[in-house]
Amino acid sequence: MIVSLDLMKEKGVALDKQIFNWRDIVRTPTSKLNDDAFTRVRIILMNGIESEALRFQHACARMNKDLQLALARVRRIEQHQQTMVNWLLPADLSPLETTIGFEQVAIEVTASVAQHEPDPYLAQVYRFGLLEDFDHMYRFSALMDRVMGADANNILQSYTDILPGRPTSVEHRAPEDDLRECYDRTQAAPISKLNAGTIMAGEHQTHDYYMTIGPMFADPIARQLYAEIASIEEQHVTQYESIIDPEESWMEKWLMHEATEIYNYYSCLTYETNPRVKAIWERFLDYELGHLHFVLETCRKIENRDPAEFLPESLPEPIEYRSHREFVRKTLSEEVDLRARGTQFIHKDEEESDSPSQLYRSQLNSNGSPSETVAAGYRWKPGTELAEETADIKELQKRVA
Amino acid sequence: MPAREETHVNEQEVLFNRTGIMINPEMSAALIDGAKKSPPSTEGDGAEMAAERADYSDEGLPIGSNPVVVGEAISADQEPSADADRTSVLLDKLGERLAFERQGTRLYESFIQKLEAMPLSDENAPSVENLRHICDEELEHFKLLQQTIVELGGDATVQTPSADVAGVLSHGVLQIVSDPRTTVAQSLQAALTAELADNDGWQMLQELAEQLGHADLAEQCAKAYEEEQEHLEVVRTCLSNMTLSEAVGEDGLIDAEAADEEEDQRTTKKRSERSAAKKSSESKKKKKKK
Repeated sequence: MIVSLDLMKEKGVALDKQIFNWRDIVRTPTSKLNDDAFTRVRIILMNGIESEALRFQHACARMNKDLQLALARVRRIEQHQQTMVNWLLPADLSPLETTIGFEQVAIEVTASVAQHEPDPYLAQVYRFGLLEDFDHMYRFSALMDRVMGADANNILQSYTDILPGRPTSVEHRAPEDDLRECYDRTQAAPISKLNAGTIMAGEHQTHDYYMTIGPMFADPIARQLYAEIASIEEQHVTQYESIIDPEESWMEKWLMHEATEIYNYYSCLTYETNPRVKAIWERFLDYELGHLHFVLETCRKIENRDPAEFLPESLPEPIEYRSHREFVRKTLSEEVDLRARGTQFIHKDEEESDSPSQLYRSQLNSNGSPSETVAAGYRWKPGTELAEETADIKELQKRVA
Repeated sequence: MPAREETHVNEQEVLFNRTGIMINPEMSAALIDGAKKSPPSTEGDGAEMAAERADYSDEGLPIGSNPVVVGEAISADQEPSADADRTSVLLDKLGERLAFERQGTRLYESFIQKLEAMPLSDENAPSVENLRHICDEELEHFKLLQQTIVELGGDATVQTPSADVAGVLSHGVLQIVSDPRTTVAQSLQAALTAELADNDGWQMLQELAEQLGHADLAEQCAKAYEEEQEHLEVVRTCLSNMTLSEAVGEDGLIDAEAADEEEDQRTTKKRSERSAAKKSSESKKKKKKK
């Protein structure tokens, strides 16, 4: 049963009680083989949420001298939360397998968000990005199959399709075609703000991850593919941060960040199946509630106003951690040919051949396209392209025939 | 605007291995001196690391679970196994071999592409045909294992714990072969690691199959093991000859081969002499008894 959380009533744990030691922070990780794929999805997303918390709190500190100590105190705790969460990923999860996990996060979480987003324009923005991350999954799966000889579905556990989306090679856009309209901070539903913060955090983390691991691959095809897709992820960060109202004050943004963290830990707690991990979500939900109330108090002292106006009274329905196969396929069939012109979406036939994005794309792809090269003729099969279709697989196919 | 100074890069400087301590004697002397004069931050040795690691091991959480039978076993020679655990162990090791052979296929595809891209005049290098033959057999082994797992009632797409471990182990092999900067000899070095593991893997699988009463499977493993031994021999011989050739030149290599042949002949002669001596001794003992 989902119990709604009252942000003003639930105080969580006070900051001075949020303590760690190294053995507490560094726990035995989850199992790549035994844990549900969505446990991994939640770990990856929450690492991204915490990473964004640190990123924002550093940026805020650079611009607000009077908030620096308060930010440093909260940020120190977020740092150790992030470590504990991220270190739940095991060492046998290779960089490419982790990448598959990252794209599964992008697909399934964005699909949930897109379906629950009340603003039709913002929902369209999420669906637009979704089909691009969906294609990245296909390209990385091809890389995994053809270079590593491994099956991406070992990570996906059949929850997520491995199909071409909007081709990565056409996702390259001029900067002006990545910016979107933002929500109005005074009008937007709380869930719209939470959604934007969540997806922006996920994409920023993904970009940073690909930038870190790209050079760790020896194979030049892998290096090129990561270079290409990291570039798109940067575009996605540009897109998603532009839907957030820049008129929000620093304090308002800080509060929304804390609310976003609370919302996400609450969502994870609702769906988590691994008891060890569930205990961490519960603990950190309480920590984030503690942060929120600390920030509320800080705001009252420094800005001499009641910041509760910035916050929703209660949290919306949690993010749905389940397969969104049907929604993704429907979106794929209806919107794969969309492109962008400025902040609006157009059909690909409307994109002029000399538009800034077309010119930019042509230049980048002028010596070939890594994403096209790696996946030429690729169709995912159980056990990889090399596998024969055994009797049990044929039986399985009869279920959907 | 002032003209930019041209920088000249000496190619010898760029291709110079800088990792050894003798490269920069003065700095190295200062480094060693500083380390000797500065005490450690705390007393002790590396034993504390062992205790810390043991703490994690004590939790007893495994990498993952063995696969289980999901379908009906249809293998003709298989006796119904009352012991699901034994089948599970077999499926785990079959899964390991399957993952290895599949990855091995991609490994050799990558190696072939490298060889085709850098044609060598070195006669000791493997030919594309050599590698293609190995690659084709790796693929056949993979398909055989797929079929075997399904016939035992397993799911051939499962990443078993042993397959996972093998994947981590062989990550470095793939990295070396797929790196355009590595030579054919370096790629052979990587392939050698893979082939040694593969050989032992098949031998172990054969023994396991025999112990668990899977006679047909044991026979198939024996055949695969024989083929893997050939792969190992090709890789080992090419690597050995290429390395020797690089070190001692072609004449030296011929001398080395001649020396090897001479040594083989001496060994054979000694064996014959020992065998003759043993027979003579046994014959004398028999006469004594009479």
